[in-house]
Amino acid sequence: MKILVVGGGMGGTILANNVARNLKDELKSGKVQLTVLSASDKHMYQPGLLYVAVGRMTPDELYRDQASLLEPSIQFQVDPVDQFMLDNNQVKTKSGKIHSYDILVIATGSRMWPDSIPGLKENAEFFYTEQTAVKMFKRLREFEGGKVVIAMGVPHKCPMAPLEIVFMLDDYFKERGIRDKVQLHYTYPIGRVHTLENVAKWAQPEMDKRGITYETLFNLKSVDGEKRLLASEEGTETNYDMLISIPAHKGMEVIENNKLGQNGWIPTDRYSLAMEGRSNVFILGDTTNIPISKAGSTAHFEAETVGANIAALVRFGAPVRKYDGKVFCFIQAGSEKATYAMFNYTLPPDPKAPTRAIHWFKLAYNKLYWISARGLL
Amino acid sequence: MAEKKLIDARGSFCPGPLMELIAAMKMVAVGDEIEILSTDKGSAAEIPQWINKVGHEYIGSHEEAGVWHVNVKRSK
Repeated sequence: MKILVVGGGMGGTILANNVARNLKDELKSGKVQLTVLSASDKHMYQPGLLYVAVGRMTPDELYRDQASLLEPSIQFQVDPVDQFMLDNNQVKTKSGKIHSYDILVIATGSRMWPDSIPGLKENAEFFYTEQTAVKMFKRLREFEGGKVVIAMGVPHKCPMAPLEIVFMLDDYFKERGIRDKVQLHYTYPIGRVHTLENVAKWAQPEMDKRGITYETLFNLKSVDGEKRLLASEEGTETNYDMLISIPAHKGMEVIENNKLGQNGWIPTDRYSLAMEGRSNVFILGDTTNIPISKAGSTAHFEAETVGANIAALVRFGAPVRKYDGKVFCFIQAGSEKATYAMFNYTLPPDPKAPTRAIHWFKLAYNKLYWISARGLL
Repeated sequence: MAEKKLIDARGSFCPGPLMELIAAMKMVAVGDEIEILSTDKGSAAEIPQWINKVGHEYIGSHEEAGVWHVNVKRSK
């Protein structure tokens, strides 16, 4: 029995470790082979990029060797997949190697897509890659005052990121003693300041208290870098001195190239996490087209479900768990406080007021993540 | 020829049905219709609000067994 995991991010790593521990005996005896294929020998803690962008973490803190996170029984290869030949139960890698499988897991993640808005890539700061987060921090350090606009595309990875960055920027400029010279202006695509109603009910008065201005029903249409002007789909305009964007995201190029799903999102059953029409292919994390948050915790909880099901399929031929849509997101409410939102397909979130205790727990989790990736937390 | 796309956003608290619709609207052609399924009763109000503000066409909505079916058309 060959189990192949494509992708070494949070979902693929947790899934592989869970399967390895569940099928310890089968792997030891050689009855099962478990292989992870990844594009990199490094594993990045992506939520840390938010902190890099405001100077609270450094990039070197975000990485570990991928091999060090995986159970020794897992065969790990840095050789990304180029072709999915699902009818033959095979993939072909960039190096030209063919891997056959009995069960395939695709967890290739997503990438930011600033090209989806004219002028955005050239004129905005982003914090979704190491390079752009460092660039944003350098730009912030040089910023002496003016109007900072937060604008976003849809869908984007980490739905809490817009709120987190605006509150962290508020504190950042206060700490630099120039908050009175900065207008922070937050825009959001729908008719409230966050898609989760209960989060919006907390966040809007918090913005009022902090003097953050906002415009809702603002979907970015174009950016004019010369005039420093944003235009919205809704017909409004706003000027800026510094533009910070949470851009639209899409799935990875290899998913699009293999025509596995529009914009790189693979059609996935929301409960079994099987690819539609394929009972031996499972999809994790950002790569699915399920209408839930593209967030690390989503991949984490999905990986637990699929890991248990793969072990059960190997041992007695039937899955044992259904994914209930569970998501848990910390919300960094400035540099000193945080809260969280937890929800699933049927239970909405009910976030509490931010506290220093949850902020410290979030900072602790920034380190505990490496235990989480090993599938132990 | 115009097509109709179905978005199943049942159980979506985040990003939510309207955000799913906003993303989908960019991926269909002018003249295409979208039917979005939502278990959030707020969708029946907030989707037409956005559709009208942007200038697309709101076709209508109805509820069946706790699921709202909201139909819209891309107009520009």
